[in-house]
Amino acid sequence: MQMRKATNYLLIAPSLLLSLLIVLIPGLLTLLVAFTDWDGVAVSPSFIGMQNFQEIFEDRIFWKSLFNNAQWTIMFITVPVVIGLLTAILLLRRKRSRSAYQLIFLFPYVLAPATNAMLWLNIIFNPVSGVVGYLKNSLGMSITSPLSSVHTALYAVASVDIWHYWGFLTVVYLAALRQTPGDQIEAAQLEGCNSWQLFKFVYFPSIKPTFSIMLVMIIIFSFLTFDYVYLLTGGGPAHSTEMLSTYAYTFAFSAFQVGKAASVALFMSIMGLLASCLYIWLSKNDLKG
Amino acid sequence: MNNSMSGKKKSGSILSHAVLILFALSALLPLSLVLLNSFKDQKSIVRNPLSWPETWHFSNYAEAWEAANFGRGFINSILLTGTTILIVLFAASLAGYVLAGNRIKGTKFVTVYFMVAMTVPIQLFLFPLYFVMAKLGLLGNVFAVGVILGAVNLPLAIFLMKSFFMNIPRELEESARIDGATTRQLITGIMIPLVRPGLLTVSIIVGIAAWNEFLVTSTFLQGQNSFTATLGFLSLNNTYNTNQGLMMAASVIMIAPLIIFFLIVQKYFIDGLVSGAVKG
Repeated sequence: MQMRKATNYLLIAPSLLLSLLIVLIPGLLTLLVAFTDWDGVAVSPSFIGMQNFQEIFEDRIFWKSLFNNAQWTIMFITVPVVIGLLTAILLLRRKRSRSAYQLIFLFPYVLAPATNAMLWLNIIFNPVSGVVGYLKNSLGMSITSPLSSVHTALYAVASVDIWHYWGFLTVVYLAALRQTPGDQIEAAQLEGCNSWQLFKFVYFPSIKPTFSIMLVMIIIFSFLTFDYVYLLTGGGPAHSTEMLSTYAYTFAFSAFQVGKAASVALFMSIMGLLASCLYIWLSKNDLKG
Repeated sequence: MNNSMSGKKKSGSILSHAVLILFALSALLPLSLVLLNSFKDQKSIVRNPLSWPETWHFSNYAEAWEAANFGRGFINSILLTGTTILIVLFAASLAGYVLAGNRIKGTKFVTVYFMVAMTVPIQLFLFPLYFVMAKLGLLGNVFAVGVILGAVNLPLAIFLMKSFFMNIPRELEESARIDGATTRQLITGIMIPLVRPGLLTVSIIVGIAAWNEFLVTSTFLQGQNSFTATLGFLSLNNTYNTNQGLMMAASVIMIAPLIIFFLIVQKYFIDGLVSGAVKG
């Protein structure tokens, strides 16, 4: 019996060790480095207290990034959520065509961000060879690549990311909707509920746990978003699509101000941690298991 | 009365079909444009990217394969993804077994730790890890990057495996114990065969994530020889801006295998997405 207990600790060890070495210890190092002027090379960086944080809080671009992340969050908790819910509800009644639609909706989600970004960059947004170029040069419309204007770049990048993402929500919402107890649906139909009432009083309460968890996940990942921004604009033009993630990345690998990069990363993590607490609180039922 | 009801229902049905078709097209049209233009040369793409190819330039594909060094790239992608899958399968199935049965004292603590680890930004550990890896001479090592992606994908895999283990009735384990099975026999002989669909689901979800990963891969893999297919593909972008036919052919080389693979494993992939997200 005693042996069996010890074996269980042995079984969890590989996971803990892997996560410890690659996530936790480097994560704690980031925490330390954030208070130093480390450049990535120096053997003994000097401790500079809160200076990194002071400097980023005084940086206009930091606030611009934070504001962009906030805008990104608002776009992501609305547009793909509405599309996902709408398509999931419509698919609920399409028993035969349902799986075909699901597969098609997931195509962009399955593909790599690198492929999706290059696809939009080259064949849609490109002012010479893309659809935008065709509309401009051949049809004489006065448009430019939405990625090149400070007013539209953020929305253009978000559109591509949303294009790739919403199908995932459709599939998740549809699976949750299908778990709604049949007797509740029948009862509501007998009471004479119309479609909207059926959704509001039966389906939505039933998917609410899933809906809330997904909302929290969307918020967390909106503050971490990197791939599409970095690939499509690199944060430009004129920092109009700069995110906390690209802001930190530039410090580390272009300016070699690793201390500063670490302080931005720490700030991101704290934002994420707040949302994580919400996530853990929402999935507390899992913890009881 | 009856007529108008069914008329209303019918128009509603047409509308709902129209909406679904519209969204299906929004997913498919950009992908079709890539396929279409992969057979054209730069001149005809610039003239009209929406037109049918007049002459078919199949050579775009051979040129793209060479230019992106896809031969090397796909081998590296397979090595990297394989490393990630093996590590995750081994670690996550054991951890999932332990956490599902609440078998250790710190179950709750470990669960919370992995929940936080799942939502932590990669940037939190990327920078120190990068400079440590550089010191160890592991930049450009696809296996090392496979291990890192294993750690990144581990939490989700653990939670998926945990839910698969939780579906196994407790009595099965108890009766095996009474028959005198050791933990090792229990796991390899009874549990693992029962969670085989779970192992497949985790491999597919984690495999696709590792295959597509960008931030970690592009940071750690430097030097042409260590490039994955994705990185080789991205390296075309600056050089071949004026040869969109080649770019589009390279895109098809990236897209087609993944879509075919997805269609083959769709059931497991969708199961994985859903059981990671749907809360009962």
